[in-house]
Amino acid sequence: MTTRMTDEMVPAPRTPETGSGAGTFTPRDELPPLLHEPERVRTRPPLLERLGLPLGSIAAAVALGLMLGPVLGIIGFGWVPVTAFFWMLVTYIALTRLTENGPAVKDRFVGVLLASAGMIVVALLALVIGFVGWRALKIVGSLRLSFFTTDMGLTGPLSPLKEGGALHAIVGTLEQIGIALVITIPLGIATALFLNEIGGRYARLVRTVVEAMTALPSVVAGLFIYASVILLFTKQFNGFAAALAITVLMLPIMIRSADVVLRLVPGNLREAGLALGAGQWAVVRMVVLPTVRSGLTTAIILATAHGIGETAPVLLTSGVTSNLNWNPFNGPQISLPLAALEFIKSPQPDMKTRGFAVAALLLLLVLVLFVVARLLGGQQAGEITDRQRRRRATQSVRDMSRIESNHAEIAAHLAALRGSDPTQGASR
Amino acid sequence: MYESSEQIEVPSDRDVETQVLELERGLAAPPAPDPQARGRRRPWGRGGARRAGSVDVSGSNVLRGFLGGTQAAELRAEAITAWFGDRKVLDRVSLTMPAGQVTALIGPSGCGKSTFLRILNRMHELIPSASLAGQVVLDGQDIYAPGQRVTDARKKIGMVFQKPNPFPAMSIYENTVAALDLTGTKASREERDFLVEESLKKASLWDEVKDRLHQPGGGLSGGQQQRLCIARAMALTPEILLMDEPASALDPSSTRRIEETIADLRGEVTIVIVTHNMQQAHRISDQCAFFLAEHNAPGVIVEYGDTEAIFSNPRDQRTDDYVNGRFG
Repeated sequence: MTTRMTDEMVPAPRTPETGSGAGTFTPRDELPPLLHEPERVRTRPPLLERLGLPLGSIAAAVALGLMLGPVLGIIGFGWVPVTAFFWMLVTYIALTRLTENGPAVKDRFVGVLLASAGMIVVALLALVIGFVGWRALKIVGSLRLSFFTTDMGLTGPLSPLKEGGALHAIVGTLEQIGIALVITIPLGIATALFLNEIGGRYARLVRTVVEAMTALPSVVAGLFIYASVILLFTKQFNGFAAALAITVLMLPIMIRSADVVLRLVPGNLREAGLALGAGQWAVVRMVVLPTVRSGLTTAIILATAHGIGETAPVLLTSGVTSNLNWNPFNGPQISLPLAALEFIKSPQPDMKTRGFAVAALLLLLVLVLFVVARLLGGQQAGEITDRQRRRRATQSVRDMSRIESNHAEIAAHLAALRGSDPTQGASR
Repeated sequence: MYESSEQIEVPSDRDVETQVLELERGLAAPPAPDPQARGRRRPWGRGGARRAGSVDVSGSNVLRGFLGGTQAAELRAEAITAWFGDRKVLDRVSLTMPAGQVTALIGPSGCGKSTFLRILNRMHELIPSASLAGQVVLDGQDIYAPGQRVTDARKKIGMVFQKPNPFPAMSIYENTVAALDLTGTKASREERDFLVEESLKKASLWDEVKDRLHQPGGGLSGGQQQRLCIARAMALTPEILLMDEPASALDPSSTRRIEETIADLRGEVTIVIVTHNMQQAHRISDQCAFFLAEHNAPGVIVEYGDTEAIFSNPRDQRTDDYVNGRFG
């Protein structure tokens, strides 16, 4: 320890025994300067190894499936994907076993199953959207703006595709879902707040009822409104009744999602608000609701997605019509999903094509609504985009001088008043 | 304070005419700007600030707390007994927390320190099964007396929690003056600006955040978030500040900053702090109370008094053992 080591020498590893008694070491002092970066070691297997095994297994499985099915005709065509999937699992696990031990093989096996589940979901969705889009493509050739601006009132069953449109269904869907949202959002959020912020035994009952309502068949909701609104009051089909039926179906979804979101608000945020001397409502309005804005947006999206595709309750309450009806309180008013159903029921191929076009339009409409909702309310509380960050930075620097001068001004006033306060000397 | 001229008594060491003039300025709304302040005024920033000269400083609700020197008041707990359901957790605990001093509550986990602290600003009653007996006296008035509003008590008795909890949807600026909106207190922009700088300075956070006041409060480090919570609790000039292990979730250097902040606030506000860190209690407190709950018995104060005495010359053997780390 007495000899100073030169930087070029690599110090021998030392233990406390070789040192002068029970001292401590400062290892950095004895480290030679860093001349070359140490060579990096990648702990992940190379790309070929990571992708080779699964891709090879899939190729082998598909080949076997095709061979047994279309080539040899041993199995029916429908069994090809199933056979291929199981053969893929077998190949993959067998190949993994060559190099890995038990736990690693199990990990890979479960990993493949989970990844497959994800792929099946994506594939199904792609299949649905792709099929609708493909069938709707036929109308693109004859598609013109008139599809969005005319109804089917003057279009007969044998009219060519370029005649008629879906305006009546677009108007119906937008009005009905609009009315439903106007009722659902405040009522849903209020109920969710009641369940979370007030609670108690009655709240538990309400929560159970809401959970039961999510299982309500949509046709029952339609019949309920038919019996309680149309038969008793309006005596005729109308869009408002359809909106009410949709509301009955949207409310439980909205309440449940909002309830889950509100339950995730940390209790210490509420406590912090209350500890400042706030009332409960002020804490809900200024702390709880702003914190869960993004989650509430998701709840609204879920409810909308559920409600916008409802067909049976609209059929029972608002009826089928080919004519445009702007007034939701008077007369039948069709919606997009119901229009799609009506078109596709028709034997004429052109009508079927219209049905798929309307279905594709519904998908597009939902997509647009989702994007708009995400843009408006999708941001997590406290998370801001880079642009917002920059704008707030500029704003902060700009306001700093204002705040400082206001502070200096008021502080000077206070100092003057304090200096002149005769009771001050006594209380100090 | 300035309602009637009869109250004016002229101290001998000040010029009478100046006194009267200055008092009239205080009476007048809006008061004319102080000549000295005018000399020191900085150029106005953009953002359309009105002149602070138009602020009615003496008649302002939010600024009242800054007029009369120290706000600190004595807090006295008398024979506090507390239950959770049928389980008694505190048994006739009495403690006087002197004005402007730092009182530390120490003791092993589960001895009722935090429960006692939460009783002091009526947070205890938020737990449905909780109940209590006894009095908490502030300004000669029991805060649990019938007719006393729970929000009034909490406004006068601020609280800082173990985990930093700035409001995530609010900026640093909004967090600092959150108490204004939450309690429905009206305040002009000038008053808000003043409160923001003043409170953040009290929490020794101003210099670190003054150029990013509009950024989210959650973007600060843990220690800064905790000081933001102190600033938030100090904005309405409470008489008492309760702290429930404010530094236990922080690293040593942030802990040191919090302790410095507490030292700065001494004298300005009465501080009651729960801590598990014996050195911390020793460093920052004037008074110390040692809580203990024997097996299956409710918590009691075994010993309290000057911190120096508790640590150097405790009367009770159990206190001696605890402060020297022999149990707990």
